[in-house]
Amino acid sequence: MSMHAQFRRRYRLDETPVPFSLNGVAETGRRGDTVLTAILSVSGRLRQSEFTGEDRAGFCLIGACQDCYVMMADGRRIRACSTALQPGMAFITGRGATAEAAHE
Amino acid sequence: MSEPLQPVIVGAGPAGIRAAERLVRSGLRPIVLDEGQRAGGQIYRRPLIDDGRSYRSRYGSGAGKAQRLHQAFEALLPAIDYRPETLVWNISAPERGNQLDILSSGVHRQIGFSQLILCTGATDRVLPFPGWTTPGVYTLGASQTALKAQGCTIGDRVAFMGSGPLLYLVAWQYMKAGARVEAVLDTAPLASKRHLLSLAAHAPRIVALGLFYGLQLQFAGVKVRHGVRPEAVLGKGKVEGLRYRRRTLKGERVETVTCDALAYGFALRPETQLADLAGCRFRFDERDRVWLPERDALGRTSRTDVYVAGDGSGIAGADAAEISGELAAVAMLQDQGNVSTDVARLLASREAILRERDILERAFPFPVDWFETVPDETTLCRCEEISVAEARRAMTAGSITEINRLKALSRVGMGRCQGRMCSAAATELLSGACGVPTGEVGRLRAQAPVKPIPLGFGGGELEARS
Repeated sequence: MSMHAQFRRRYRLDETPVPFSLNGVAETGRRGDTVLTAILSVSGRLRQSEFTGEDRAGFCLIGACQDCYVMMADGRRIRACSTALQPGMAFITGRGATAEAAHE
Repeated sequence: MSEPLQPVIVGAGPAGIRAAERLVRSGLRPIVLDEGQRAGGQIYRRPLIDDGRSYRSRYGSGAGKAQRLHQAFEALLPAIDYRPETLVWNISAPERGNQLDILSSGVHRQIGFSQLILCTGATDRVLPFPGWTTPGVYTLGASQTALKAQGCTIGDRVAFMGSGPLLYLVAWQYMKAGARVEAVLDTAPLASKRHLLSLAAHAPRIVALGLFYGLQLQFAGVKVRHGVRPEAVLGKGKVEGLRYRRRTLKGERVETVTCDALAYGFALRPETQLADLAGCRFRFDERDRVWLPERDALGRTSRTDVYVAGDGSGIAGADAAEISGELAAVAMLQDQGNVSTDVARLLASREAILRERDILERAFPFPVDWFETVPDETTLCRCEEISVAEARRAMTAGSITEINRLKALSRVGMGRCQGRMCSAAATELLSGACGVPTGEVGRLRAQAPVKPIPLGFGGGELEARS
Protein backbone atom coordinates (compact mmCIF):
# COMPACT_ATOMS: atom_id res chain seq x y z
CA MET A 1 0.00 0.00 0.00
CA SER A 2 2.76 2.42 0.78
CA MET A 3 5.43 0.80 -1.37
CA HIS A 4 5.40 3.70 -3.83
CA ALA A 5 7.77 6.56 -3.13
CA GLN A 6 5.94 9.85 -2.61
CA PHE A 7 8.87 12.21 -3.20
CA ARG A 8 11.04 12.42 -6.27
CA ARG A 9 14.66 13.50 -5.92
CA ARG A 10 15.79 16.16 -8.39
CA TYR A 11 19.15 17.25 -6.94
CA ARG A 12 21.87 15.75 -4.71
CA LEU A 13 21.47 12.50 -6.61
CA ASP A 14 25.17 11.61 -6.31
CA GLU A 15 25.48 12.64 -2.68
CA THR A 16 27.00 10.22 -0.16
CA PRO A 17 24.52 7.43 0.69
CA VAL A 18 23.29 7.24 4.29
CA PRO A 19 21.97 3.85 5.45
CA PHE A 20 18.85 3.64 7.61
CA SER A 21 16.20 1.07 8.32
CA LEU A 22 12.48 1.33 7.67
CA ASN A 23 10.26 -1.25 9.36
CA GLY A 24 13.27 -3.54 9.60
CA VAL A 25 14.23 -3.20 5.93
CA ALA A 26 17.59 -1.67 4.96
CA GLU A 27 17.17 1.54 2.95
CA THR A 28 19.44 4.32 1.76
CA GLY A 29 19.06 8.07 2.03
CA ARG A 30 21.48 10.80 1.04
CA ARG A 31 23.72 13.10 3.02
CA GLY A 32 21.74 16.31 3.59
CA ASP A 33 18.39 14.53 3.84
CA THR A 34 15.84 15.21 6.51
CA VAL A 35 14.24 12.06 7.93
CA LEU A 36 11.10 13.00 6.00
CA THR A 37 12.93 13.18 2.67
CA ALA A 38 14.75 9.90 3.30
CA ILE A 39 11.58 7.97 4.15
CA LEU A 40 9.31 9.51 1.50
CA SER A 41 11.93 8.91 -1.20
CA VAL A 42 11.39 5.17 -0.68
CA SER A 43 7.88 5.00 0.78
CA GLY A 44 4.50 6.68 0.84
CA ARG A 45 3.89 7.18 4.54
CA LEU A 46 5.49 8.34 7.77
CA ARG A 47 2.98 7.03 10.28
CA GLN A 48 -0.59 5.89 10.68
CA SER A 49 -3.19 7.91 12.50
CA GLU A 50 -3.85 6.78 16.06
CA PHE A 51 -7.57 7.39 15.55
CA THR A 52 -8.43 6.10 12.08
CA GLY A 53 -5.29 4.17 11.16
CA GLU A 54 -5.02 6.15 7.93
CA ASP A 55 -1.59 6.76 6.47
CA ARG A 56 -0.01 10.18 6.90
CA ALA A 57 2.98 11.63 5.08
CA GLY A 58 3.47 15.12 6.51
CA PHE A 59 1.87 18.35 5.40
CA CYS A 60 3.65 21.66 6.09
CA LEU A 61 7.33 20.58 6.08
CA ILE A 62 8.34 23.53 8.28
CA GLY A 63 7.71 22.15 11.76
CA ALA A 64 4.30 23.75 12.28
CA CYS A 65 1.66 21.08 11.64
CA GLN A 66 3.23 18.18 13.59
CA ASP A 67 1.79 15.76 11.03
CA CYS A 68 5.16 14.15 10.24
CA TYR A 69 6.20 12.64 13.52
CA VAL A 70 7.81 9.26 13.15
CA MET A 71 8.42 6.51 15.69
CA MET A 72 11.99 5.32 15.99
CA ALA A 73 12.74 1.71 16.84
CA ASP A 74 14.03 2.85 20.25
CA GLY A 75 10.63 4.35 21.09
CA ARG A 76 11.53 8.00 20.56
CA ARG A 77 9.19 10.09 18.49
CA ILE A 78 10.78 12.65 16.17
CA ARG A 79 9.51 15.35 13.84
CA ALA A 80 10.68 14.05 10.48
CA CYS A 81 10.68 17.34 8.54
CA SER A 82 13.11 19.05 10.90
CA THR A 83 15.38 16.17 11.91
CA ALA A 84 18.51 15.44 9.90
CA LEU A 85 19.00 11.84 8.81
CA GLN A 86 21.85 10.10 10.65
CA PRO A 87 23.43 6.81 9.57
CA GLY A 88 21.85 3.80 11.28
CA MET A 89 18.58 5.44 12.27
CA ALA A 90 15.72 2.93 12.46
CA PHE A 91 12.10 3.95 11.84
CA ILE A 92 8.80 2.17 12.26
CA THR A 93 5.92 3.58 10.26
CA GLY A 94 3.39 0.72 10.58
CA ARG A 95 0.45 0.08 12.89
CA GLY A 96 2.60 -1.35 15.70
CA ALA A 97 4.22 2.02 16.21
CA THR A 98 0.84 3.71 16.32
CA ALA A 99 -0.57 1.39 18.97
CA GLU A 100 2.48 1.99 21.11
CA ALA A 101 2.22 5.74 20.75
CA ALA A 102 -1.45 5.71 21.67
CA HIS A 103 -0.67 4.00 24.96
CA GLU A 104 1.89 6.53 26.06
CA MET B 1 24.29 34.48 38.33
CA SER B 2 23.76 38.18 37.87
CA GLU B 3 24.96 38.67 34.31
CA PRO B 4 23.20 41.62 32.74
CA LEU B 5 20.22 40.55 30.65
CA GLN B 6 20.61 40.73 26.87
CA PRO B 7 18.00 41.52 24.24
CA VAL B 8 16.63 38.36 22.65
CA ILE B 9 15.44 37.99 19.06
CA VAL B 10 13.23 35.01 18.26
CA GLY B 11 13.57 33.92 14.65
CA ALA B 12 16.40 34.22 12.15
CA GLY B 13 14.49 34.99 8.99
CA PRO B 14 14.53 38.32 7.13
CA ALA B 15 13.09 40.26 10.10
CA GLY B 16 15.21 38.63 12.80
CA ILE B 17 18.45 39.02 10.89
CA ARG B 18 17.88 42.71 10.13
CA ALA B 19 16.84 43.36 13.74
CA ALA B 20 20.03 41.70 15.00
CA GLU B 21 22.12 43.65 12.53
CA ARG B 22 20.69 46.96 13.74
CA LEU B 23 21.28 46.11 17.41
CA VAL B 24 24.86 45.04 16.71
CA ARG B 25 25.48 48.33 14.94
CA SER B 26 24.62 50.06 18.20
CA GLY B 27 27.06 47.93 20.17
CA LEU B 28 24.63 45.37 21.57
CA ARG B 29 25.12 41.61 21.51
CA PRO B 30 21.64 40.10 21.07
CA ILE B 31 20.81 36.45 21.61
CA VAL B 32 19.22 35.08 18.41
CA LEU B 33 17.09 31.98 18.93
CA ASP B 34 15.92 30.10 15.85
CA GLU B 35 14.16 26.80 15.32
CA GLY B 36 15.88 26.28 11.98
CA GLN B 37 19.16 24.47 11.46
CA ARG B 38 20.45 27.42 9.43
CA ALA B 39 19.46 31.08 9.38
CA GLY B 40 17.37 32.51 6.55
CA GLY B 41 13.83 31.77 7.67
CA GLN B 42 11.43 29.95 5.41
CA ILE B 43 11.57 32.11 2.30
CA TYR B 44 15.36 32.16 2.20
CA ARG B 45 15.67 28.73 3.74
CA ARG B 46 18.97 27.00 3.17
CA PRO B 47 19.58 23.30 2.59
CA LEU B 48 21.23 21.21 5.31
CA ILE B 49 24.29 20.82 3.09
CA ASP B 50 25.31 22.56 -0.09
CA ASP B 51 23.90 20.75 -3.11
CA GLY B 52 25.70 22.56 -5.87
CA ARG B 53 22.71 24.68 -6.92
CA SER B 54 23.17 28.39 -7.49
CA TYR B 55 21.23 31.07 -5.63
CA ARG B 56 19.42 31.75 -8.88
CA SER B 57 18.35 28.12 -9.17
CA ARG B 58 17.20 27.94 -5.56
CA TYR B 59 15.59 31.34 -4.95
CA GLY B 60 14.71 32.51 -8.44
CA SER B 61 14.03 36.23 -8.66
CA GLY B 62 14.78 36.51 -4.92
CA ALA B 63 18.34 35.22 -5.38
CA GLY B 64 20.04 38.57 -4.80
CA LYS B 65 18.04 39.28 -1.66
CA ALA B 66 18.62 35.78 -0.31
CA GLN B 67 22.34 36.03 -0.86
CA ARG B 68 22.60 39.48 0.71
CA LEU B 69 20.63 38.34 3.75
CA HIS B 70 22.71 35.18 4.22
CA GLN B 71 25.92 37.19 3.86
CA ALA B 72 24.68 39.77 6.34
CA PHE B 73 24.02 36.99 8.80
CA GLU B 74 27.44 35.37 8.34
CA ALA B 75 29.03 38.74 9.02
CA LEU B 76 26.98 39.09 12.22
CA LEU B 77 27.94 35.72 13.68
CA PRO B 78 30.95 36.89 15.74
CA ALA B 79 28.84 39.70 17.23
CA ILE B 80 25.71 37.80 18.30
CA ASP B 81 24.86 34.83 20.50
CA TYR B 82 23.23 32.64 17.83
CA ARG B 83 21.43 29.49 18.90
CA PRO B 84 20.00 27.48 16.02
CA GLU B 85 17.65 24.49 16.46
CA THR B 86 16.22 26.16 19.54
CA LEU B 87 12.50 26.18 20.25
CA VAL B 88 11.03 28.93 22.42
CA TRP B 89 7.99 27.22 23.88
CA ASN B 90 6.88 29.62 26.57
CA ILE B 91 7.23 33.20 27.72
CA SER B 92 6.51 34.11 31.29
CA ALA B 93 3.81 36.65 31.96
CA PRO B 94 5.19 40.15 32.67
CA GLU B 95 4.53 39.92 36.41
CA ARG B 96 6.65 36.76 36.60
CA GLY B 97 9.78 38.29 35.14
CA ASN B 98 11.36 38.21 31.71
CA GLN B 99 11.90 34.51 31.15
CA LEU B 100 11.77 32.31 28.08
CA ASP B 101 11.49 28.55 28.25
CA ILE B 102 13.67 27.09 25.54
CA LEU B 103 14.49 23.64 24.27
CA SER B 104 17.73 22.97 22.44
CA SER B 105 19.31 19.58 21.64
CA GLY B 106 16.83 17.93 23.98
CA VAL B 107 17.81 20.16 26.92
CA HIS B 108 15.31 22.47 28.63
CA ARG B 109 16.47 25.81 29.93
CA GLN B 110 15.18 29.18 31.01
CA ILE B 111 16.85 32.32 29.81
CA GLY B 112 16.15 35.91 30.70
CA PHE B 113 15.78 38.82 28.33
CA SER B 114 16.10 42.56 28.68
CA GLN B 115 13.89 43.12 25.65
CA LEU B 116 12.33 40.71 23.23
CA ILE B 117 11.91 41.09 19.47
CA LEU B 118 9.56 38.45 18.09
CA CYS B 119 10.19 37.60 14.42
CA THR B 120 8.26 34.36 14.35
CA GLY B 121 7.15 34.38 10.71
CA ALA B 122 4.18 32.60 9.21
CA THR B 123 2.83 29.29 7.98
CA ASP B 124 0.56 28.47 5.06
CA ARG B 125 -3.10 29.31 5.57
CA VAL B 126 -5.09 26.21 4.72
CA LEU B 127 -8.73 25.18 4.62
CA PRO B 128 -10.12 21.65 4.83
CA PHE B 129 -11.76 19.72 2.01
CA PRO B 130 -12.46 16.01 1.49
CA GLY B 131 -9.17 14.11 1.35
CA TRP B 132 -6.83 16.87 2.56
CA THR B 133 -5.17 14.46 5.02
CA THR B 134 -4.29 11.97 2.26
CA PRO B 135 -0.54 11.27 1.92
CA GLY B 136 0.66 13.34 -1.02
CA VAL B 137 -1.39 16.45 -0.17
CA TYR B 138 0.89 19.23 1.05
CA THR B 139 0.73 22.94 1.61
CA LEU B 140 2.00 25.19 -1.19
CA GLY B 141 4.81 26.34 1.07
CA ALA B 142 5.69 22.72 1.79
CA SER B 143 5.98 21.94 -1.91
CA GLN B 144 8.38 24.84 -2.29
CA THR B 145 10.37 23.89 0.81
CA ALA B 146 10.80 20.33 -0.47
CA LEU B 147 12.35 21.67 -3.65
CA LYS B 148 14.32 24.58 -2.19
CA ALA B 149 15.79 22.91 0.87
CA GLN B 150 15.78 19.22 -0.04
CA GLY B 151 15.97 19.19 -3.84
CA CYS B 152 12.85 17.01 -4.09
CA THR B 153 9.45 17.42 -5.65
CA ILE B 154 6.44 16.18 -3.67
CA GLY B 155 5.51 13.85 -6.54
CA ASP B 156 6.04 13.23 -10.23
CA ARG B 157 2.74 14.58 -11.50
CA VAL B 158 1.72 17.50 -9.34
CA ALA B 159 -1.38 19.69 -9.23
CA PHE B 160 -1.40 23.10 -7.54
CA MET B 161 -4.46 24.75 -6.04
CA GLY B 162 -5.34 27.82 -4.03
CA SER B 163 -5.03 31.56 -4.09
CA GLY B 164 -1.95 33.73 -3.97
CA PRO B 165 1.08 34.62 -6.08
CA LEU B 166 2.90 31.58 -4.68
CA LEU B 167 0.50 29.33 -6.59
CA TYR B 168 1.94 30.28 -9.98
CA LEU B 169 5.50 30.69 -8.75
CA VAL B 170 5.80 27.19 -7.25
CA ALA B 171 4.06 25.57 -10.21
CA TRP B 172 6.61 27.24 -12.48
CA GLN B 173 9.50 26.18 -10.23
CA TYR B 174 8.25 22.59 -10.32
CA MET B 175 8.05 22.67 -14.09
CA LYS B 176 11.63 23.92 -14.25
CA ALA B 177 12.77 21.19 -11.84
CA GLY B 178 11.40 18.53 -14.16
CA ALA B 179 8.09 17.64 -12.50
CA ARG B 180 4.96 17.30 -14.59
CA VAL B 181 2.63 20.11 -13.58
CA GLU B 182 -0.82 18.66 -14.20
CA ALA B 183 -2.87 21.74 -13.35
CA VAL B 184 -2.86 25.14 -11.71
CA LEU B 185 -6.26 25.54 -10.06
CA ASP B 186 -6.87 29.08 -8.91
CA THR B 187 -9.75 29.33 -6.44
CA ALA B 188 -10.24 33.00 -7.31
CA PRO B 189 -12.36 34.00 -10.30
CA LEU B 190 -10.44 35.16 -13.35
CA ALA B 191 -12.08 38.57 -12.95
CA SER B 192 -10.16 39.18 -9.72
CA LYS B 193 -6.95 39.36 -11.75
CA ARG B 194 -8.07 42.71 -13.21
CA HIS B 195 -6.67 44.24 -10.01
CA LEU B 196 -3.21 43.37 -11.27
CA LEU B 197 -3.66 46.17 -13.80
CA SER B 198 -3.63 48.74 -11.02
CA LEU B 199 -0.71 46.95 -9.40
CA ALA B 200 1.29 47.29 -12.63
CA ALA B 201 1.50 51.04 -12.04
CA HIS B 202 3.01 50.61 -8.55
CA ALA B 203 5.02 47.44 -8.96
CA PRO B 204 5.57 46.59 -12.62
CA ARG B 205 8.21 43.98 -11.76
CA ILE B 206 5.82 41.90 -9.65
CA VAL B 207 3.17 41.94 -12.36
CA ALA B 208 5.68 41.18 -15.11
CA LEU B 209 7.02 38.21 -13.16
CA GLY B 210 3.51 36.91 -12.48
CA LEU B 211 2.62 37.19 -16.16
CA PHE B 212 5.86 35.48 -17.09
CA TYR B 213 5.14 32.49 -14.83
CA GLY B 214 1.52 32.25 -15.91
CA LEU B 215 2.30 32.47 -19.62
CA GLN B 216 5.20 30.02 -19.46
CA LEU B 217 2.93 27.51 -17.74
CA GLN B 218 0.24 27.99 -20.37
CA PHE B 219 2.70 27.74 -23.25
CA ALA B 220 3.96 24.49 -21.75
CA GLY B 221 0.41 23.19 -21.99
CA VAL B 222 -0.36 23.30 -18.28
CA LYS B 223 -4.07 23.42 -17.52
CA VAL B 224 -4.77 26.73 -15.73
CA ARG B 225 -8.27 27.09 -14.28
CA HIS B 226 -10.02 29.82 -12.30
CA GLY B 227 -12.97 29.91 -9.92
CA VAL B 228 -12.13 26.42 -8.67
CA ARG B 229 -13.52 24.66 -5.58
CA PRO B 230 -12.20 21.18 -4.75
CA GLU B 231 -14.70 18.34 -4.36
CA ALA B 232 -12.41 15.54 -3.25
CA VAL B 233 -8.96 14.05 -3.44
CA LEU B 234 -9.19 10.83 -5.44
CA GLY B 235 -7.38 7.76 -4.17
CA LYS B 236 -7.25 5.92 -0.88
CA GLY B 237 -4.00 6.07 1.06
CA LYS B 238 -2.34 8.03 -1.74
CA VAL B 239 -3.25 10.81 -4.16
CA GLU B 240 -4.49 9.65 -7.54
CA GLY B 241 -6.21 12.82 -8.59
CA LEU B 242 -8.50 15.66 -7.65
CA ARG B 243 -12.12 16.24 -8.55
CA TYR B 244 -13.13 19.90 -8.58
CA ARG B 245 -15.83 22.26 -9.68
CA ARG B 246 -15.30 25.49 -11.49
CA ARG B 247 -17.49 28.35 -12.47
CA THR B 248 -17.63 29.10 -16.18
CA LEU B 249 -19.79 31.42 -18.25
CA LYS B 250 -22.06 28.44 -18.92
CA GLY B 251 -22.43 27.56 -15.25
CA GLU B 252 -20.63 25.08 -13.06
CA ARG B 253 -18.57 22.22 -14.44
CA VAL B 254 -17.12 19.23 -12.61
CA GLU B 255 -13.69 18.15 -13.83
CA THR B 256 -10.93 15.86 -12.62
CA VAL B 257 -7.18 16.05 -12.83
CA THR B 258 -4.94 13.00 -12.50
CA CYS B 259 -1.93 13.58 -10.26
CA ASP B 260 0.15 11.84 -7.60
CA ALA B 261 0.58 14.90 -5.40
CA LEU B 262 -1.33 18.09 -4.65
CA ALA B 263 -0.03 21.32 -3.17
CA TYR B 264 -2.49 23.95 -1.98
CA GLY B 265 -2.83 26.99 0.20
CA PHE B 266 -4.38 30.43 0.59
CA ALA B 267 -1.55 32.84 1.33
CA LEU B 268 -0.13 32.87 4.84
CA ARG B 269 -1.19 33.07 8.47
CA PRO B 270 1.05 34.74 11.05
CA GLU B 271 2.65 32.87 13.96
CA THR B 272 1.50 34.88 16.97
CA GLN B 273 1.50 32.37 19.84
CA LEU B 274 4.56 33.80 21.58
CA ALA B 275 3.22 37.36 21.48
CA ASP B 276 0.03 36.00 22.99
CA LEU B 277 1.86 34.16 25.79
CA ALA B 278 3.86 37.35 26.42
CA GLY B 279 0.56 39.03 27.20
CA CYS B 280 0.51 41.40 24.22
CA ARG B 281 -2.85 42.92 23.32
CA PHE B 282 -4.34 41.80 20.01
CA ARG B 283 -6.58 43.38 17.38
CA PHE B 284 -8.54 41.84 14.54
CA ASP B 285 -7.25 42.54 11.03
CA GLU B 286 -10.16 42.73 8.61
CA ARG B 287 -8.16 42.22 5.43
CA ASP B 288 -6.31 39.10 6.56
CA ARG B 289 -9.22 37.86 8.73
CA VAL B 290 -6.85 37.18 11.60
CA TRP B 291 -5.89 38.49 15.05
CA LEU B 292 -2.58 40.31 15.23
CA PRO B 293 -0.56 41.75 18.09
CA GLU B 294 -1.30 45.45 18.44
CA ARG B 295 1.75 47.40 17.37
CA ASP B 296 2.82 50.88 16.46
CA ALA B 297 4.51 51.74 13.16
CA LEU B 298 7.88 50.60 14.50
CA GLY B 299 6.73 47.36 16.11
CA ARG B 300 6.16 48.29 19.76
CA THR B 301 3.50 46.09 21.35
CA SER B 302 1.31 46.76 24.38
CA ARG B 303 4.04 45.19 26.51
CA THR B 304 6.87 47.71 26.86
CA ASP B 305 9.73 45.22 26.55
CA VAL B 306 8.30 43.19 23.65
CA TYR B 307 8.51 44.15 19.95
CA VAL B 308 7.20 42.36 16.87
CA ALA B 309 8.41 42.34 13.26
CA GLY B 310 8.04 40.41 10.04
CA ASP B 311 5.13 38.27 8.91
CA GLY B 312 4.45 37.23 12.52
CA SER B 313 3.28 40.79 13.12
CA GLY B 314 1.06 40.83 10.01
CA ILE B 315 1.58 39.28 6.59
CA ALA B 316 3.53 41.66 4.37
CA GLY B 317 6.22 39.51 2.75
CA ALA B 318 9.98 39.21 3.01
CA ASP B 319 10.94 42.71 1.80
CA ALA B 320 8.67 44.32 4.38
CA ALA B 321 9.98 41.89 6.99
CA GLU B 322 13.55 43.09 6.49
CA ILE B 323 12.36 46.66 7.00
CA SER B 324 10.17 45.92 10.00
CA GLY B 325 12.99 43.95 11.65
CA GLU B 326 15.23 46.97 11.44
CA LEU B 327 12.40 49.24 12.62
CA ALA B 328 11.70 47.08 15.69
CA ALA B 329 15.37 47.24 16.62
CA VAL B 330 15.32 51.02 16.19
CA ALA B 331 12.22 51.22 18.41
CA MET B 332 14.00 49.20 21.08
CA LEU B 333 17.06 51.43 20.90
CA GLN B 334 14.92 54.57 20.99
CA ASP B 335 13.12 53.29 24.08
CA GLN B 336 16.50 52.88 25.76
CA GLY B 337 17.18 56.49 24.84
CA ASN B 338 20.37 55.79 22.93
CA VAL B 339 19.50 56.34 19.31
CA SER B 340 18.01 59.00 17.17
CA THR B 341 17.56 57.45 13.78
CA ASP B 342 15.53 58.94 11.00
CA VAL B 343 13.14 56.17 10.03
CA ALA B 344 11.10 58.13 7.49
CA ARG B 345 12.73 56.43 4.52
CA LEU B 346 12.20 52.94 5.96
CA LEU B 347 8.59 53.72 6.79
CA ALA B 348 7.95 55.03 3.30
CA SER B 349 9.42 51.92 1.65
CA ARG B 350 7.29 49.68 3.80
CA GLU B 351 4.22 51.78 3.13
CA ALA B 352 4.71 51.24 -0.61
CA ILE B 353 4.98 47.47 -0.09
CA LEU B 354 1.84 47.43 2.05
CA ARG B 355 -0.09 49.24 -0.70
CA GLU B 356 1.02 46.52 -3.13
CA ARG B 357 -0.12 43.85 -0.66
CA ASP B 358 -3.58 45.38 -0.57
CA ILE B 359 -3.87 45.06 -4.33
CA LEU B 360 -2.42 41.53 -4.37
CA GLU B 361 -5.00 40.56 -1.78
CA ARG B 362 -7.76 41.64 -4.15
CA ALA B 363 -6.18 39.82 -7.09
CA PHE B 364 -5.76 36.64 -5.02
CA PRO B 365 -8.71 36.76 -2.61
CA PHE B 366 -9.39 34.38 0.23
CA PRO B 367 -12.31 32.03 -0.60
CA VAL B 368 -14.81 33.40 1.92
CA ASP B 369 -17.59 31.05 0.82
CA TRP B 370 -15.50 27.91 1.39
CA PHE B 371 -17.72 26.25 3.98
CA GLU B 372 -20.86 26.65 1.92
CA THR B 373 -19.80 23.57 -0.05
CA VAL B 374 -17.60 21.54 2.31
CA PRO B 375 -19.40 18.29 3.15
CA ASP B 376 -20.09 17.48 6.80
CA GLU B 377 -17.88 14.38 6.92
CA THR B 378 -14.76 16.40 5.99
CA THR B 379 -11.98 16.34 8.57
CA LEU B 380 -11.70 19.79 10.15
CA CYS B 381 -8.90 19.15 12.64
CA ARG B 382 -6.23 16.86 11.22
CA CYS B 383 -4.51 16.30 14.59
CA GLU B 384 -7.50 15.02 16.54
CA GLU B 385 -9.45 14.01 13.43
CA ILE B 386 -12.59 15.92 14.21
CA SER B 387 -15.06 16.34 11.38
CA VAL B 388 -16.90 19.45 10.28
CA ALA B 389 -20.10 17.68 11.40
CA GLU B 390 -18.76 17.07 14.93
CA ALA B 391 -17.73 20.69 15.23
CA ARG B 392 -21.13 21.82 13.96
CA ARG B 393 -22.89 19.52 16.43
CA ALA B 394 -20.84 20.95 19.29
CA MET B 395 -21.74 24.47 18.15
CA THR B 396 -25.43 23.71 18.12
CA ALA B 397 -25.52 21.63 21.30
CA GLY B 398 -23.56 24.19 23.29
CA SER B 399 -24.97 27.30 21.58
CA ILE B 400 -21.34 28.20 20.99
CA THR B 401 -20.45 31.65 19.69
CA GLU B 402 -16.82 31.84 20.79
CA ILE B 403 -13.81 29.97 19.39
CA ASN B 404 -12.17 28.91 22.69
CA ARG B 405 -15.50 27.49 23.82
CA LEU B 406 -15.62 25.51 20.57
CA LYS B 407 -12.12 24.23 21.30
CA ALA B 408 -13.07 23.17 24.82
CA LEU B 409 -16.20 21.31 23.73
CA SER B 410 -15.07 19.84 20.40
CA ARG B 411 -11.26 19.63 20.82
CA VAL B 412 -10.78 21.51 17.54
CA GLY B 413 -7.51 23.41 17.90
CA MET B 414 -6.38 21.33 20.86
CA GLY B 415 -4.12 18.91 19.02
CA ARG B 416 -0.41 18.86 18.39
CA CYS B 417 -0.46 21.73 15.90
CA GLN B 418 -2.17 24.00 18.43
CA GLY B 419 -4.65 25.20 15.85
CA ARG B 420 -2.05 26.27 13.27
CA MET B 421 -3.70 24.14 10.58
CA CYS B 422 -7.35 24.48 11.61
CA SER B 423 -7.86 27.82 13.37
CA ALA B 424 -8.55 29.77 10.17
CA ALA B 425 -11.09 27.11 9.16
CA ALA B 426 -12.70 26.80 12.59
CA THR B 427 -13.05 30.58 12.78
CA GLU B 428 -14.71 30.79 9.37
CA LEU B 429 -16.97 27.84 10.16
CA LEU B 430 -18.08 29.24 13.51
CA SER B 431 -18.65 32.78 12.29
CA GLY B 432 -20.61 31.37 9.35
CA ALA B 433 -22.76 29.25 11.65
CA CYS B 434 -23.39 32.21 13.97
CA GLY B 435 -23.97 34.60 11.07
CA VAL B 436 -21.49 37.11 12.46
CA PRO B 437 -18.31 38.64 11.00
CA THR B 438 -15.11 36.55 11.42
CA GLY B 439 -13.71 38.95 13.98
CA GLU B 440 -16.61 38.44 16.37
CA VAL B 441 -16.05 34.83 17.39
CA GLY B 442 -12.93 35.62 19.37
CA ARG B 443 -9.32 34.58 19.20
CA LEU B 444 -7.93 31.12 19.81
CA ARG B 445 -5.70 31.62 22.86
CA ALA B 446 -2.16 30.27 22.74
CA GLN B 447 -1.12 27.60 25.21
CA ALA B 448 2.38 26.63 26.32
CA PRO B 449 4.13 24.67 25.03
CA VAL B 450 3.46 26.26 21.66
CA LYS B 451 4.81 23.08 20.06
CA PRO B 452 5.03 19.54 21.48
CA ILE B 453 8.17 19.06 23.55
CA PRO B 454 9.66 15.86 24.94
CA LEU B 455 9.46 15.65 28.73
CA GLY B 456 12.59 13.56 28.92
CA PHE B 457 11.00 10.61 30.63
CA GLY B 458 8.91 7.67 29.50
CA GLY B 459 9.26 8.77 25.90
CA GLY B 460 6.10 10.81 26.36
CA GLU B 461 5.37 14.31 25.22
CA LEU B 462 3.97 17.28 26.98
CA GLU B 463 1.06 18.58 25.01
CA ALA B 464 -1.25 21.38 25.92
CA ARG B 465 -4.64 19.99 26.84
CA SER B 466 -6.57 22.86 28.25
